[in-house]
Amino acid sequence: MIKFENVGLRYGMETEVLRDVSFEIPERSFQFLTGPSGAGKTSLLRLLFMSLRPTRGSISMFGRDIATIERHELPIMRRRIGVVFQDFRLLDHMTTYENVALPLRVRGKDESGFRSDVSDLLNWVGLGDKLHALPPVLSGGEKQRVAIARALIDQPEVLLADEPTGNVDPHMARRLLRLFLELNRSGTAVVVATHDLGLMEQVDARRMILNNSHLDIYG
Amino acid sequence: MADTPVNAEAEHSVKPTPIVPPSNIAGQALSLVIAIMSFLACLTVGAVLMIDKSASSWQSQISREATVQIRPARDFDIETALVEAQAIAASFDGVTDARIIGLSQTATLLEPWLGKDINLSELPVPRLVVIRIDERNPPDFKAIGTAINEAIPNATLDDHRAWVDRLVSMANTTTYVGVAILLLVLTALVLTVVFATRGALASNHIIIEVLHFVGARANFIAGQFQRRFFWIGLRGALIGGGAAIAMFLIFQFWAQRNLTTAEGVQVAVLFGDFSIGMGIFIGTFFVIALVAALTTITARLTVVRTIYEIDEQRADPSRQSY
Repeated sequence: MIKFENVGLRYGMETEVLRDVSFEIPERSFQFLTGPSGAGKTSLLRLLFMSLRPTRGSISMFGRDIATIERHELPIMRRRIGVVFQDFRLLDHMTTYENVALPLRVRGKDESGFRSDVSDLLNWVGLGDKLHALPPVLSGGEKQRVAIARALIDQPEVLLADEPTGNVDPHMARRLLRLFLELNRSGTAVVVATHDLGLMEQVDARRMILNNSHLDIYG
Repeated sequence: MADTPVNAEAEHSVKPTPIVPPSNIAGQALSLVIAIMSFLACLTVGAVLMIDKSASSWQSQISREATVQIRPARDFDIETALVEAQAIAASFDGVTDARIIGLSQTATLLEPWLGKDINLSELPVPRLVVIRIDERNPPDFKAIGTAINEAIPNATLDDHRAWVDRLVSMANTTTYVGVAILLLVLTALVLTVVFATRGALASNHIIIEVLHFVGARANFIAGQFQRRFFWIGLRGALIGGGAAIAMFLIFQFWAQRNLTTAEGVQVAVLFGDFSIGMGIFIGTFFVIALVAALTTITARLTVVRTIYEIDEQRADPSRQSY
């Protein structure tokens, strides 16, 4: 589904952040992306989300070389990917329900067709009683779950989560992990970027470890 | 899974929150800036129209008349000469009326200099015949002057040409200065609206980014913002334009109430009658439409540019902050 071949990434004239990175993300797979702080996890996720282009190497997404994708095609490609940003990026003037429904709304779907789906998903992430709440009154963990629900609402083929447990306590972290596993069982490929070893030890999943700009894959 | 509250669903189906918030501090500040600039622009439009109207009026009034001046002399019957000059002038094509200024009127004209109750017959005061001219078919002033001068050597014809030329020049200069000020104000209006709109959009950057990353097309995002900013621009422009019209109405009311006072007459002579003509309404409408269109177009272009920059950063990782 996603294939990186000898990918390198450099910011300006600095040394390469990523060097000769090659890997594949198969359909329905589950993997952790880890490494020390500043190792390039977020950069790699941004490459996966097409918000960056590599300085060398090739990336194929859903069977297409991203170098050939036109600017106007990007929104359609991005609709196949769900992203949970490290800083959530929720819209503070919209309720929890509306934040989660946003991807469907921008795709022109009628609210009557997705109202129950959004409510069900919010129930699933444990926020069924916070439909009307605005993000500023939610806790870090609740915001994280809203961001996850927004990423999942249109059933993406791949979910990218950047430090999804960075702002929550261990109990909530386990709960979110169960959420990702459940999602993976339902057919979505999941990439979780984290430096939380405790979290990774709870699941027997492939580990992609970034160190000194190189990527090693275990499992 | 827990049951979804029924009320919540019902409420969501009624009124979804706009993607771009209807009003925030930046939007209110933008509205205020637009209102102030629209007000100033509408005032300038009104002032320029008024100056142009007054200048045309001065020009027209002075070029509508010519004057025959007859100087007194020893053993000269000035009354007969006045009647003769009146007859000669009236005989020319393009002269609609020739009127002798009587002694009492002459005394009134000279009153500011010579005072009341003077006996003009004791003074060598020139007398006047005022000739009214058909502006569309003016007479041959040279021929009138020659004919009058041949018949009455003491008479001269003043066609006010020197005054008209000076006034035309002054009126045109005044109008050009007014138009130049209007252009400056409109330029300031355009720049203020553009920069204020961009400033207001900066606080909404996260909305553009989130919409972009959840797969919204550029047209959809731009559409959301241009609708919101159109209303912000229109509201500000209507407030500014409305305030300017109100100010003109207040001046008009004041001028009409004070028409008979010395101040009112002086103001009317200098600035016209302060009447609200169609020109001011059209000018105000033009300013309001311009501001609303500018705000909308700027919002659209800024959003499209922001999206473009996000995608440009994608193509050029060196523009990223790590």
